[in-house]
Amino acid sequence: MSRREVSTAVRMGTEPTKLVRRVILITIALIFAVPILATIQFTFRDGLAGDLTLDHWTGLFTPDAARTYRGLFTAIGNSFLLAAVTVGIVLVVLLPTIVLVHLQFPRLKRVLEFICIIPITVPAIVLVVGLAPVYSIVVKVFGGSVWTLAFAYGITVLPYAYRAIRSNVDAIDLVTLSEAARSLGANWLLVLLRVLLPNLRRGILSAAFISVAVVLGEFTIASLLNRVNLQTALLQVSQSDPYVAAIFALLALAFAFILLLLIGRLGSSRRDRSNA
Amino acid sequence: MTTTSGATVELKNVVKTYGSHSALTGIDLAIAPGEFIALLGPSGCGKTTALRALSGLELINSGSILIDGEDVAAVPTNKRDIGMVFQSYSLFPHMTSIENVEFGLRMRRVPTPERKLRALEALELVGLGHLSDRYAHQLSGGQQQRVALARALVTRPRVLLLDEPLSALDAKVRVQLRDQIRRIQTDLGITTVFVTHDQEEALAVADRVAVMKDGRIEQIGTPEELYTTPASPFVADFVGLSNRVDGELRDGAVTVHGAKLPVLGTPPAPGPVTAYVRPEDVFFAPGDGIPATVVVSSFLGSLRRTSVRLADDSLLSVQHAVGERYAPGDAVHVRFGVAPVAVRERA
Repeated sequence: MSRREVSTAVRMGTEPTKLVRRVILITIALIFAVPILATIQFTFRDGLAGDLTLDHWTGLFTPDAARTYRGLFTAIGNSFLLAAVTVGIVLVVLLPTIVLVHLQFPRLKRVLEFICIIPITVPAIVLVVGLAPVYSIVVKVFGGSVWTLAFAYGITVLPYAYRAIRSNVDAIDLVTLSEAARSLGANWLLVLLRVLLPNLRRGILSAAFISVAVVLGEFTIASLLNRVNLQTALLQVSQSDPYVAAIFALLALAFAFILLLLIGRLGSSRRDRSNA
Repeated sequence: MTTTSGATVELKNVVKTYGSHSALTGIDLAIAPGEFIALLGPSGCGKTTALRALSGLELINSGSILIDGEDVAAVPTNKRDIGMVFQSYSLFPHMTSIENVEFGLRMRRVPTPERKLRALEALELVGLGHLSDRYAHQLSGGQQQRVALARALVTRPRVLLLDEPLSALDAKVRVQLRDQIRRIQTDLGITTVFVTHDQEEALAVADRVAVMKDGRIEQIGTPEELYTTPASPFVADFVGLSNRVDGELRDGAVTVHGAKLPVLGTPPAPGPVTAYVRPEDVFFAPGDGIPATVVVSSFLGSLRRTSVRLADDSLLSVQHAVGERYAPGDAVHVRFGVAPVAVRERA
């Protein structure tokens, strides 16, 4: 080993001290925690008086609330419907495409990656400008139902879903596993169902949950295409009752957090648990 | 596990091209029932392509592939009734060893009790019955390949295809598994095609070895035939060790360093040639022969191999008894034996 290689190895092996690591960790934790804690504290504030109250939370469970916030609950329903359809698009279109490209057309991997990354480089507002004329046709074909927004969301979640599935695909030898299964008598459908999907479980779950999180947090496209979802409804509610808007924003955040925990839990297979 | 009756396998004028590159240029190969054939050759010679064509994982451009007389060239892999072990570890990671072995039986809708019994039997055949509940990542490389072998055998396939199954293993495990594969193959009588680039491996296990080069079979024969009577300089050079010695071909014999050696096969036109002389056909000749200086001497267990430099600066490898010891710099004399040698025209 040359002196240069040795010095590089030593430099690379140098770890930050415990104190530095703690400072970094605490700083990052504060960046995330302060706005969340401030929002939580805000939901307990009693107007400008500065006292704390549970009224804003308990008010949500009164019979009047159902009537007052009907629009908001409808919007939540819309967002869940959109999330489900978007996940469906990811599973039905993106997943088989990635598998097919890896097994049969490996030269197209880079092309597919490029296509899937494009949406992250296009601002939502620009996307809407392009989507508006497309949606005039979509409305004619599928009607103006809110679920049609999932076609646009299918594009916006592409980068996240693609990366989640791709990292899983790269971690297993898809080609050899499918060839082994075929040599044992499995047809392509059985190869996919019995061998590939169980091994892509973690990537599929990650893609699905990240897609749900992205859809629940989406505002621009829905607003500009005049559709109602959780975020557009929250904006509307916040103009009349900012406390309720903050409570629902927190609940959406908690839901996304639970989803992320679920990725870890459901993603760990029987094989992983056998190690425990 | 019950003995299977091996199938006959025939490749007739099989051609496979990738764009402008010819991977197989019309190979012919006939394998008898229960025979163990090794496809041997350097990287890119087409041996793996030939195996994959036989398995159906690669479709051929022309020619026919017959298993028990039936042309399977257009039959998909999953319907060819073959067992295959791959070079890279191919156990399904989400299944235990026994579930992996059961997979092929499950595809054939074998009832559960019989399936479990046969899978366990197959695992016991490879000596891993006690590890049936382990996942692939809980097994060593050698164990994984043994489970893969059990998985390939459990369906009682007509042909067993082995695509360099030992290349990822360390030397000791490699020899153990190689012998185990041969023993199981002999017991079951299953027709087997084994791809390898390791000539020692091929010579050790196969009934016959097909040496491949540039998409065609250069020579096929028993390991002994290939070693003692190579059909071409390529085979002489690839199978076993050979000294490349410059010589002159005249009257059907080659003269190297003053010694006249008989030539194998049909000799090329008279003139300058390269002769391929085995290290065991070169001897130390105390006080007589060609003067040389010892460069290095290696102890190889049951024998010793010594490199010597001749007056024209060329090197010769001499294989000799362990008891004869030489040190670098020793002045020695060597002579050639009388075994026929392969020759190639020298440009």
